Amino acid sequence: MKIRNILITLVSAIALLISASTISFAKVVGDKIILGAAVSLTGKYSSNGVHTQNGYNLAVERINSMGGVKVGGKTYKFDIIYYDDESNSGRAAQLAERLIQQDGVKFMLGPYSSGLTKAMAPVTEKYEVPMVEANGASRSLFTKGYKYLFAVLAPANLYLDVAIDLAVEKNGGKPVKIAMAFEQDAFSQDVRLGIVEAAKRTGSKIIIDDKLPKELNDMAATLSKVKATNPDVLVVSGHTKGALTAVRQISEMKVDVKMLAMTHCDAAKLSKQHGKASEYALCASQWHKSLSYKDKFFGGGMKYDADFTKAFGYAPPYQAAESSAALLVYKDAFERAQSFDTKKVRDALAATDMQTFYGNIKFAEGGQNVSKPMVLFQVSCNDDGSKCENKVVAPTKWASAELVHPIPSWSKR
Amino acid sequence: MDLLIFQAPILMVQASMDGILLGILFALIAYGMALQWGVMNIINIAQGELVIMGGYIAYFMYLSGIHPAFGVIVSPIIMYCVGWGMYKLVINKVVDKDLFTSILATFGISILAQQLMNFAFGADVVVAQSNFGTTMLFNNSVTLPNAKIFSGAVCVISAIILVIYMKKSKLGRAIRATAQNARAAKILGVDTEKVYAATFGINAALCGIAGACIAITFTLHPYTGLPYTVRSFMIVIIAGLGNLPAVAISGMGLGVFEEWADYLLGTEFRIAAVFSLLVIILVYRRFKLARKREYLK
Repeated sequence: MKIRNILITLVSAIALLISASTISFAKVVGDKIILGAAVSLTGKYSSNGVHTQNGYNLAVERINSMGGVKVGGKTYKFDIIYYDDESNSGRAAQLAERLIQQDGVKFMLGPYSSGLTKAMAPVTEKYEVPMVEANGASRSLFTKGYKYLFAVLAPANLYLDVAIDLAVEKNGGKPVKIAMAFEQDAFSQDVRLGIVEAAKRTGSKIIIDDKLPKELNDMAATLSKVKATNPDVLVVSGHTKGALTAVRQISEMKVDVKMLAMTHCDAAKLSKQHGKASEYALCASQWHKSLSYKDKFFGGGMKYDADFTKAFGYAPPYQAAESSAALLVYKDAFERAQSFDTKKVRDALAATDMQTFYGNIKFAEGGQNVSKPMVLFQVSCNDDGSKCENKVVAPTKWASAELVHPIPSWSKR
Repeated sequence: MDLLIFQAPILMVQASMDGILLGILFALIAYGMALQWGVMNIINIAQGELVIMGGYIAYFMYLSGIHPAFGVIVSPIIMYCVGWGMYKLVINKVVDKDLFTSILATFGISILAQQLMNFAFGADVVVAQSNFGTTMLFNNSVTLPNAKIFSGAVCVISAIILVIYMKKSKLGRAIRATAQNARAAKILGVDTEKVYAATFGINAALCGIAGACIAITFTLHPYTGLPYTVRSFMIVIIAGLGNLPAVAISGMGLGVFEEWADYLLGTEFRIAAVFSLLVIILVYRRFKLARKREYLK
């Protein structure tokens, strides 16, 4: 028995030694800049986690093959250490700690979703490690005074307020009646706040304000209310489940509404799953391939779309595009800082003002990207609904198609 | 605004119909739970996962070009085998242990099933299209998706078939005998092991039917099983074990109550309202039982 105990002690001592020696695996090794990322490869966010990882990987490969990052006259290449956070915020915080403490990572990339970003931000902040994230849009991330957090995407409250402006414009500049149905989670409630502000700004009236419980699968009650009150615009946000449930039940219950605005349409593969029933839905998107932004690494959106499809076998959702943009931001910041000192890189990140294929990037005080507007696309299908496309209809500057307004009634579809 | 339901009285009809159709579906899942709870004294935490699994069977039929409505026939057959296998692998080891052990075991199964489904089917939310259309009543002011009506009908029919089966067939009698007194049944020659396996299989099959209905009426995702477990558990608590009419009534009652709560209190309170009702019912029950006990003294 004693010998066994000694053996166990010995083995664990060796294991400890080995794990401790990985500390030498630091921020910059040889010609490599090591970035750390925890993404959801398993668990409920795993599909979007994989989009995030693919976006990161495509950008790393592209930047490395096009000359890498030049700092102090030397050329460096990007490399990323990935961990699977299992879609679990507790795990994400642990992994942030591990990446920084054990792996010695000095520069972080964000995970997928606002919730996980919220869990990791306090850790990166504590160690003063910059984190450029591409998939956490919740407004609360940007009001805590974080100094080392930078988001390349527009905050959640800006997702759908464009739709209200559009509805008012279509109503001849007069205020509109708004019906809202939002899931009770951080992200959707932030989107809701944006709508409430837009309603105030335009003098519009909110006539239905439903907050859907997370576990809810059924929106029949909300939609019956919509039918009875006949609002000018119906706004729905509840992640992919909300988008799919809404379109299914709107078409089944034949709810006629002049404008339907939603989030998460492309993540839900809305038009693929619902076909013609999803037609005319307006969807908020951080990015669309038809936008005319350009950079020297990916060219434009169309080229990014083609390259991504070639590499991974599916068209890039905006979650992948914004993830790629995060790497471009890092490269730019390193080259401007000409240093690997985290404070200097942080200051360089804060001063970012650039255009990428994904959009213009300039960070506000709180770390959110304020120079890239959200776009709205509208689902448009051919006659038998076998092929649907997303066409950008707002803001006008980027529009590639005319908005169909009001949505034709179900009796005519 | 709060009283919209009174301004447009037709909404009362809509709310009640929606509630009934929702409730029937939950009642079927709850009936499966009551059955195996009554026979084996096991509370199955993995009930919701069985439902979702059944739903994915219908979804994959839909993907391969078969109409997902046939899922209500195929899914229970496959799910019966899944349930039977689950019994042989895990449940038979905990069936005589106390309730806590079996809760832990089925909780483990539920986590495992979630992860496996996530691994096998991906983390996307999916739907199967039935293209059944819509029934419009009262000059189009009440709209009921035919898929929901179909699901309701399927649930009612399967419940009726099951009741007849339990009354008339040999296995049904054996199941009822085991539920009453497992030891006595064993002495009289009932192979209780087989009865348990069949009961668990029947429960899984019922979940399979409900799952196929959910695939064409709502949405599927590997992690959305829990609400079904919780809701069926609740219905069983209110209705008691082995009482099908009570399960059906409490299922539909809760459904209607939930829809009405949505109109009267607001959507954010509908789940809270249902749980408050549960607490009230339990307190009332206790109060009544306490009174009875006093009387017996």
